[in-house]
Amino acid sequence: MARVLIRNLNKKFGEVHVVKDVNLEIRDKEFLVIVGPSGCGKTTTLRMVAGLESITSGQILIGDTVVNELPPMDRDIAMVFQNYALYPHMSVYDNIAFGLKMRRFSHDEISQRVQEVAEILGIGDYLKRKPRQLSGGQRQRVALGRAIVRHPRVFLFDEPLSNLDAKLRVQMRVELKKIHDRLGTTAIYVTHDQVEAMTLGDRVVVMRDGVVQQVGEPLELYNEPTTRFVASFIGSPSMNFATVKVTEVDGGLWAINEGIRIMVSAEMGVRLRRYVGEQVALGIRPEDLRLASSDDPGQPGFDAVVEVVEKLGSEILLDVKVGSAMMVAAVEPTVRARVRDRLRLAVNPERLHFFDSRSEAAI
Amino acid sequence: MIEGATWRRWVFFYVPLVVFVVSLLFPFYWMLITSFRPDSELYRPWSAPNYAPLWTAHPTLAHIKYLLGETLFGTWMLNTLFISVAATAISLFCGLLAAYALSRLKFPLAGGLGAGIFITYLVPQTLLFIPLADIIRNYHLGDTPWALILTYPTFLIPFCTWLLMGYFKAIPRELEECARIDGATRWKAMVYIIFPIAVPGILSAGIFAFTLSWNEFIYALVFLSSPEQKTVPVGVTSELIRGDVFFWGPLMAGALLGSIPVAIIYSFFVEHYVAGLTGSVKG
Repeated sequence: MARVLIRNLNKKFGEVHVVKDVNLEIRDKEFLVIVGPSGCGKTTTLRMVAGLESITSGQILIGDTVVNELPPMDRDIAMVFQNYALYPHMSVYDNIAFGLKMRRFSHDEISQRVQEVAEILGIGDYLKRKPRQLSGGQRQRVALGRAIVRHPRVFLFDEPLSNLDAKLRVQMRVELKKIHDRLGTTAIYVTHDQVEAMTLGDRVVVMRDGVVQQVGEPLELYNEPTTRFVASFIGSPSMNFATVKVTEVDGGLWAINEGIRIMVSAEMGVRLRRYVGEQVALGIRPEDLRLASSDDPGQPGFDAVVEVVEKLGSEILLDVKVGSAMMVAAVEPTVRARVRDRLRLAVNPERLHFFDSRSEAAI
Repeated sequence: MIEGATWRRWVFFYVPLVVFVVSLLFPFYWMLITSFRPDSELYRPWSAPNYAPLWTAHPTLAHIKYLLGETLFGTWMLNTLFISVAATAISLFCGLLAAYALSRLKFPLAGGLGAGIFITYLVPQTLLFIPLADIIRNYHLGDTPWALILTYPTFLIPFCTWLLMGYFKAIPRELEECARIDGATRWKAMVYIIFPIAVPGILSAGIFAFTLSWNEFIYALVFLSSPEQKTVPVGVTSELIRGDVFFWGPLMAGALLGSIPVAIIYSFFVEHYVAGLTGSVKG
């Protein structure tokens, strides 16, 4: 068990600066997820922690040791790869035992540990098989077994679930979480899937273009995104954005464009005051939009035209046109809306997000 | 398989296939039948009334007996075997290490070096044997098996390196990275992970290298002079063609017996060999 400290980490491939001044602390026993679109530097960061990629500048500490120059084998880590990287010429047993053999564990110890891991993962029945005789989910388990059998100080996961089908992915996600709770090993998990990030991570790091955008607990990222990028990346369906002008009317602040006219809450108004007369980006989560009912006329709202109705069962997604902007509203499954219906949508003023149009930082 | 009407299948599949197979196998059949035909049939003029080139009424083992009893054919076989095995072993060893380094390690000029090795393979042997002959003479290796064991790698190593490079590149990098995280050094990862997976590729390189050395003619002709040092291709042609007289029976018998070891090796490893050429690595 160990904490991992990343200080001012940089990576350049020739002229391309892929990881820029990353600072992270992964606490002991923590499950940290790094999420971001492809090419954001998350995998490169992970590979630098693993020792598979050299470090251009900065430091990585595992426990109290600076590992910059240590080869992967001396870092006491285990990694699970996206394509599982099972050794195709070895049986499942040998795949799992390989790391222990390399470290010269006794025969009995290896056998005992492999059995133990096989039991945890439910792969005891096919220890003698070759990887190609296994299904995707089984291979995934073997890859996981190979990592946990060594009792490393840190687990590194590089998009381990992205080759599985949707149903299995959800199942393995839960299992991964259980295993982590049971073993308590520090873990760094890289994914491009924000649902995985939100469900697995104790804390989540959002990266973009090599820069850490925000670090926080999943709900913190969801409720209080610090940049427009985080706001749009976290949450599915993603946040609606509209450009609005901040206008002062009778001492209160309003966010106005051709289709929207919303009064800003007093709390938000304090922060928004210096933007009066300027354009800002307004962000509304789809689930914060609902149909305005006649008994709350005081609620701010706006008119919308339904363009697409997506019936998901547990909710209905309405793709609506508000002025010139498209928005998605997640509404109750009981709502009867049809294409081309005109609706009045209401929004809770406490749940509005505003972002500076130039810096994209949250206001 | 060709879809559609029967005639399409015949025209585009069966007929070309038969033409191909027949033209491929006919020389072998000719070699086989010539080895067993008595001289009286072999040298019968084509205008003779009982001329039957594709069949023999009186098969004979006389040519094979002559070849084994009256010539040094057994010695030539042993020479060829020794030279081919030694040259293949040296080339495969060097090729393996070179191919691994060129496909996996990052070092300056790696790309240029790979291209350079390929270019050396393109230099025709008919040019290269002249400077090589000089080297062989200076080292006093002429007329010994070492003259060939040391010169065959000049074309076998580039060949093995290139074939194996392609194969190594097809092996996912993650396998090796995972092994190195698991506690293997680069050397161990190479020996325990990469080489076993590359076995089909290594086998094909080995078979190819063996066949190339087994059939090699020009270096063997130039560097070996005494009959008891010769290899099969050179021995058979130099001892059984005297002046302008071709001893077709023993010649073909020599070719037949000489191709047997290669045929055995091919058939033995054919599955691995095909897998190696198609470069399939199943994860």
